[in-house]
Order: sequence, then structure tokens, then C-alpha cells
Amino acid sequence: MDCINAKYVSQKISKTRWRPVSASSLQQPELLATGSWDNEDNKVSIWSVGENGGHDSTDENVSGVCCTLQTLSVLHTWEGAHHYQCARAPCTAVVCSSPELVSVGEDGRVVLYKADQSRIVRTIENADSSTIHAVTFLRTAEVLTVNSIGQLKLWDLRQGNEPAQILTLTGDRVPLHCVDKHPNQQHIVATGGQDGMLCIWDVRQGSVPFSLMEAHSAEMWEVHFHPSNPDHLFTCSEDGSLLHWETSSGSDTPSFLQGRNSSMMSRSATAPAGGNQSLISAWLSGDSSKGRLETTHMLPSQTLSVNSLDVLGQCLVCGTDGEAVYIHRRVLV
Amino acid sequence: MEEVDVEPTTTLIPGVGLKQKHLGFEWGPGDILVYETNFRPTKSLRAGSGCPSVHVVRKDEDIYSPILRKLFNESHHIFVGLQNITEDVPSKNKKPQFVSISKNYRSVIRACMEELHTCCAHLVLFVLRLHSQVSILLATELIWNLCEVLFIDAAPAGCLLLHLLDWVRLHKADVDEKAKEVLQSDSPTNHLAYWDVVRDFILQGRVDEARHVLTKQASVQAASRTLYQLMDTLLHKMPVFNPSGTQTLTEFDMKWRHWHEECDRCLQDKSFASNPHLETICKILLGDEDAMLEHKELLGTWYHFLVSRLLFSHPTVKPAELHYYAKSSMDMFLDSRSVPEPLDSILLAAFEFDLHQVIKDCSIALNNWWFVAHLTDLLDHCKLLQSHNLHFGSNLREFLVLEYASGLVSHHSLWQLAVDYFDHCPEFGRVYLELQLERVPLETERKALKVLRICEQRHMTEQVRSICKIMAKRALSNNRLGSALSWSIRAKDAGFATLISERFLQDYCTRGSFSDLDLIDNLGPAMLLSDRLTFLGKYREFHRLYGENKFTEAGKLLLSLMTAKIAPRSFWMTLLTDALPLLEQKEVHIYTHTHTHTLSCVFVCVFQGEDVETAKLELLRLALARNLAMAIVKEGTVEA
Repeated sequence: MDCINAKYVSQKISKTRWRPVSASSLQQPELLATGSWDNEDNKVSIWSVGENGGHDSTDENVSGVCCTLQTLSVLHTWEGAHHYQCARAPCTAVVCSSPELVSVGEDGRVVLYKADQSRIVRTIENADSSTIHAVTFLRTAEVLTVNSIGQLKLWDLRQGNEPAQILTLTGDRVPLHCVDKHPNQQHIVATGGQDGMLCIWDVRQGSVPFSLMEAHSAEMWEVHFHPSNPDHLFTCSEDGSLLHWETSSGSDTPSFLQGRNSSMMSRSATAPAGGNQSLISAWLSGDSSKGRLETTHMLPSQTLSVNSLDVLGQCLVCGTDGEAVYIHRRVLV
Repeated sequence: MEEVDVEPTTTLIPGVGLKQKHLGFEWGPGDILVYETNFRPTKSLRAGSGCPSVHVVRKDEDIYSPILRKLFNESHHIFVGLQNITEDVPSKNKKPQFVSISKNYRSVIRACMEELHTCCAHLVLFVLRLHSQVSILLATELIWNLCEVLFIDAAPAGCLLLHLLDWVRLHKADVDEKAKEVLQSDSPTNHLAYWDVVRDFILQGRVDEARHVLTKQASVQAASRTLYQLMDTLLHKMPVFNPSGTQTLTEFDMKWRHWHEECDRCLQDKSFASNPHLETICKILLGDEDAMLEHKELLGTWYHFLVSRLLFSHPTVKPAELHYYAKSSMDMFLDSRSVPEPLDSILLAAFEFDLHQVIKDCSIALNNWWFVAHLTDLLDHCKLLQSHNLHFGSNLREFLVLEYASGLVSHHSLWQLAVDYFDHCPEFGRVYLELQLERVPLETERKALKVLRICEQRHMTEQVRSICKIMAKRALSNNRLGSALSWSIRAKDAGFATLISERFLQDYCTRGSFSDLDLIDNLGPAMLLSDRLTFLGKYREFHRLYGENKFTEAGKLLLSLMTAKIAPRSFWMTLLTDALPLLEQKEVHIYTHTHTHTLSCVFVCVFQGEDVETAKLELLRLALARNLAMAIVKEGTVEA
């Protein structure tokens, strides 16, 4: 808790992301980008996080956050990619898998771009009759979208304008707001909904989620698996909390799970970096009441809505509606 | 009508009101709209064209300053923390908590000040405005600090002076720089500012540092060493009250009087007569006001003079005696001709322990309610404000917090902070919030969701319904039927769900196929929200069953749709037409004769109703008759 630094930045943060560092270098990320919202002019700012001398964890962490002198310039603008008949429509999410970009919006379109081409590559019209809230790449040419009637849709970009698969929650159609895929096992996907429920899905089997967990008391805005240690998951929500989920897969995994997933043994031959020797993802054990799941609140006190978070290595950053950016540099993963 | 406290200020709006045009205005939440009217007072004036624009006149520009925004956000955090503290176990000793909260507020003000200061260095253009903002913040911090010392900390005699000394020292920091400059110079004793530094330290009660600087003189001038030693002894012996020590106030007072007499003796003996500087210092130590006033420029302000005066003439001053000294200090320090500034009268009111006057004067002097709202709230928690019922029902604290929050809510971004302030106004907060939330512009769905969450958490059902309806209507007009449906589900608005279903059905009638199949196929329990929606879902299911060649089930479903009375009247013909191929099925017998009877009744109703194409009617009549015949035969036949 003492390693959290807060900086008030005079703009409500809608998104925050670390600048990726190469996996080989063991450096902590130093640059982060934030985007503002609800201002008359919204901007993207780049911040540099520096650490002062003292390496002791007991020292007052005097790391400062300041705006760097690096400048961003707009490379390309695709105007009006999302629109209704007579007006522009808000674009809700963008995902990038260089050089391809996919964006989704309130108009229910999925639009594909290439970073170096000025024309839109492809638009999937009428992809959805409701607002699409988030999108993520599953495999090279597959994307996953979530919408406001609680559906998870899998799209194969190489073929057709129809979703390859639709998964839904049974019961109330609660809108889903965020989605993230497991870094190593691409069939495991986590989503967060309007009622604060965290769902883990297995895209290969079944059209219903594998497990549902009550996470927050309000909309969950972002969910992220830790990129190098996927037993850890982070969620942030409108209720002002940021949760760190840790699942432990002990050696006492039930035998029935091991048997069923024997086909996975050959595929996940490389163990994840966290030294997790179990070949089955602990996320699919499906029973959070067995005490396999630990949740920690990451923010010291109640704040306004936490809109966005990003985690890389041991560094966690989040942005809130209280116009503050919180940085934690010693996340236990 | 109450009399006005101050004369209203005149603000000139450029380009408006020329040629004797009359101005009209309209109040907004935080600003005024001003426009030129067409009113012609006398016929002789020509109706020239005036200014066609509408002007927005705003009093508070602070909320648009990017640096001051941090002030609002951080103080919001502290405010919410304060409200939550007092709900905890009510212990008697909450004072230290309140003092630390007060210090938190002040540190936020100081942080803002420093940032503005560094900004001043960079932005040459805006220096003037930034400077005035800095000086306003400086003044607010000064007032807050004094209020903390006098009201929140409420130190008794003895400690009171120590706190006042800290207060003065905090706001006169330039003496350290001067001292450093002097001491680091080649010959400190010959520096121009040498004696100023010594006097400054003494006036601020920093006796040890004064002694340290004086030793430089002692080492240089060997001849007058004894003189300097005498002064050093005097300074060393000066008693300072130690609040955590065992000494009582009376003991300290006695000690201090002894010391005072000793200084007096030195003066009367003319011990320091040879050195005018040391003599002045001795006079200052005796509390000689004229000696102090000779160095007005070192004191800078009348309140510094007040504290120095008290330090050297009455260190055991009681809080109740302060105002007398304050008034006389102010009169002595300021020229009779100079008009007292607002800051002076506010500080004087604080010394007189007239809280209400302080708040009133601050409200008038400052252009936004931030300072008075937060200070009054803190003082109210310390139970220092008598409940002072205003004409309109709420108390002073609530009034000020409401005013502040209302100012915030007109800002395009800071409206979210205002919500928490309204929450903690027990009487009118909820009403204000309800009215304001309805007026927050909803540009994107995300923002609408946030506003909705705020309303739902406070059980404001009316606002929830109205926001959902706005968003649903907007979605419908953009042809986003799925979004419209999801908004209706959230508001549990059956009427709107019916509307949406009608749209779907209309689309089907015109195009012959359903749009947005992903929605209708997956309605789930939401189907039950409205009858029409249920019908839509079931009808689509019928189509699906038919497409999968499950004719029996399809047929039964179709029949139940007709009998369950959820089908709209206009759709019956369509349903019957859909039944036609099923009736004609030769291989599989779908409808029993009772079913066919039911279908016939439906047919009769339709036939009697509007005019339908006769060809279709004939087909239906024929099909029904044939089906009935087949049914009777089949059911009557005994299986061999």
C-alpha cells in the first residue's frame, strides 16, 4: 500500500497504458500514456515515471510523475469511421495488433484498418444491433467483441460478415463492458459486466461462461490478465476499486480436470513465467469458493470511478474520474 | 429586503448595450446569459441593428484553470474523508484528527500555490493573472491557518502565542534567504542587511538564530565583546513557554517578568548606549512599540507587529484578550489614511472570534465558494458554529456547500465531484442533485451509464427512467434497436419495449424478414418485459422451428400465439397466412379438429374485421375446410 503514488493531473482519465518494454530486457516500464475524457478538448498525454535514488523498499518512495517533453503527432485520422445515418457515432474501443487495427463503436460496426493505409480496409456493417463495448484479438485473424446485450461474439476476419460464434450468459442480459484473453491459453477469456460480475469463458466449449464471480458493486470497466504471469488478474470498476485476483493452482488439482484436459498437455508445453507447473489454467477450476482465489484491493481509499488500468511487469497504473493517476511499482506477481 | 453589504460591482461586457440598447438577461446555474433587446424607449431612436450575439457572463473562472482543478479534486477527496470520519466511533478527542484534516487542506492550497508559482516562471503571458491567483491563494491559506490556530486547535494562553509565532514565521519566509546571503558573504558584519537580519530574527522570536548571527559581530569587534556578551546572555535567558513541560503558566509568567525587569535595568543603566543597534534590540526586547514601528519594513504587516508585540510584552496572552491587541496593533501600524483591505478586516474578525463575520467577509471577497464551503464544513464538524438557521431553512454550512456544489456542477467535467457534496447536505442536497443530474449532457453511452449509476445508487427512480428513456429514444432514432432494448431493460420500461417490438414487427411486415436476428434470437428472460416483446420472441421462434422443419412444434406455437392473445390484432392475418402452408401439409397432420375450429374462429374475426384480399381469404377458407375434413376423418378412424 505504501508503494502507491498518486498524481493529480487536472483531467479525468479514460484510458491509461504502459509503453511496452521488450520482454528480454528486465526493465520496468517507464513511460505511460493517458487519455482524457469529458473535457472540451481531450488530449493524450505521455508521462514518464522516474525513481529517485533510494532502493530500499522502506524508504519513502519519491518517484515523481511528470509530463515528458516527447511529442506525439497524429499519423492518420480516419474520419467518420463510426456513424449513424446522419451523425457521427462514438467509437468505444480500439485494439491493435500491429499493423492491423480494429475499432468498434456505438453504431454496432466493426471496422478494420491498417496503420499505413489511409483507407479503411473493411467494415463489418450491422455486426451488432446494440453498442459494442470492447474488442480484443483472439488469434491473428480472429477478434472477440462484447456488446450491451450481454453477448460475446467471435469473428473470423477472413470470412463472412457473420460472427463465427456467439456466447451469452443465461439469465438477465447484462451488458458486458470489457474483455481480455489469457496470454498463453487463447481459449480462456475474461469479461466484466455492468453489474460488476467477472466471468471466465472457455471459447471452445459451450456457449455459457465457465465461472461467474461477483467482483464489484458497479460496472467493471477493464479487466486484464497479467501478461507474463497469467495467474493474476486485475479489474477496475465504477465503484472506485481496483482488485487484484490471484488464483493458486496447487498440486491437488482434481483428477477429473486433469483427465479432461489431457489434450492440452502437448500444447502448453512451455510453462508460464510465474513458475506455474500446472498445465491446466487455474481459472478454469470453476469453483471460487474453494479458496483458490485471493482478492486484494489495490487502492488505499475509496476514490471516484477507476476507468482504466494497465499492468506490465511489476508496475500497475490506473486512472480515475477524480482526475488522478495511481502508480504501483511493486505489485506482487 | 435586506440591505446590501457592499456596493455591487459593475462589469462591462464589451460590444453590448451600445446605442442605448437595453439588456436582457437570464440566470443559469453558474452564469448569466446576456443579450440585447429590441426595446425602444423613445420613438425617436432609430432601430439600429444591435449586437446579435448572446453573451455568457461567468463570475468564477477558477474552475477552468487547469492548476486550480487539482485543488478542487484533492479537496474533494479530503472532504469525503472528513464526512466519513465523523461517522466512526464518536470519541471525545477528535481534535487532533480535525487539526490534521485542516493541515491537509492547507497543504493542498500550498501545493497549488507552488505549482502556480513555477508556472509563472514559464508562462510570461499569463503572469499577471497567475500572480493574482497566487496572492489570493496565499491570503486564503493565511486566513485558514489563523482559523486553525484560533478555532480548531483552540490553544489556551501560553501555547497560543507559540502557535501565532509559527503562523507568522510560515508566512514570512524571506528572512532565511536574507540570513543565508549575509552569512555566506565575505564579511557578514559589514553586510548591509546584517542588522536587519538580526532584528528580523528577534521580531519573529527566533532568538537562537539571532544569537548565532550576533556572534559574528562579537568575534570581529573585540573591544565591545563584553557588550555583546551581555546581549547574548539576555537573549539566552529569555524564557520560552514549553507546553509539554512541567512548568505552569504562572511560573512561566513570573520568570518572564524577572527577565523583563533585567532587560529594563540594562536599558536604564545605559549599558548599550554606545551601540545604537544593540540599544534598539534591547528596546524591542522590552516590547517598545515605537522601536518596533521604526522597522515597519521588516514587519511587513500589522499582524506580524501584533505577534511581535505580544511576544515581548504579554506572552501569556489569553485568547479573549487578542482582539484588543489586534485592533490597537492595526491602528498603530497602518496610516490613518489607508483604507483597510478586505484581508485585514477578515483577520481582525478572526482575532475577535467572530466566525460568522469571517465567513461573511470571505464570501464577499473571494469569487468562488471553495474556501468558505470547506472551512465552514470543517468548523461545523468541530461543533464551532451555532446552528444559525437561515431564512430558507438550511443552516449556514449546508447553504455554503450547496452553493459551492452548484458552481461545480455547471462545469463540463467537475460535475462528478459535486455529487458527493450534495450527498452530504441532508436537507436540500437530494433535491438539488435530482434537478442537476437531469441536466448533465449525455454525449456518449459511457457518460450516461455513469450518471445512471449515480442515480441508481441513490434510488432516484424518476431520473433513472428519464435518462434511460432519453438514451433509448436516441438509439431508436438512430435505428439501433438492440441498444434501445438494452436501455429499456435497464429501466424496466415495458412501454418502450413494446414500442421497440412494434418497430421490429413493422420491419418484418415491410421487408418480409427480421433484422437484428442476433438480438431477437437471444432475448432470454428480457422477453417477459412486455407482451409485445414476448410475442416477437415467440414469433421468431416459430420461424426458426419452421426453418428447421419441425412443423408440429411450429404449428402448436403458432396456435398458442393466437390463443394467448399476445398477438396484436393487426398481425392476425399474417399469422393465419403463416398457418396456411401448415394446414396444407399432406404428409404430416398438424392440426386436430379442435385446433382447426380455433383457427376458424380466428379467421372469422379477421374476415369480419378489415377488408382483406379476397384471394387470400378464399385460400384460407378452403384450407381450413380441407383440414377440418381431414381431421375429422383421421380422428374418427379407428386404428386397425
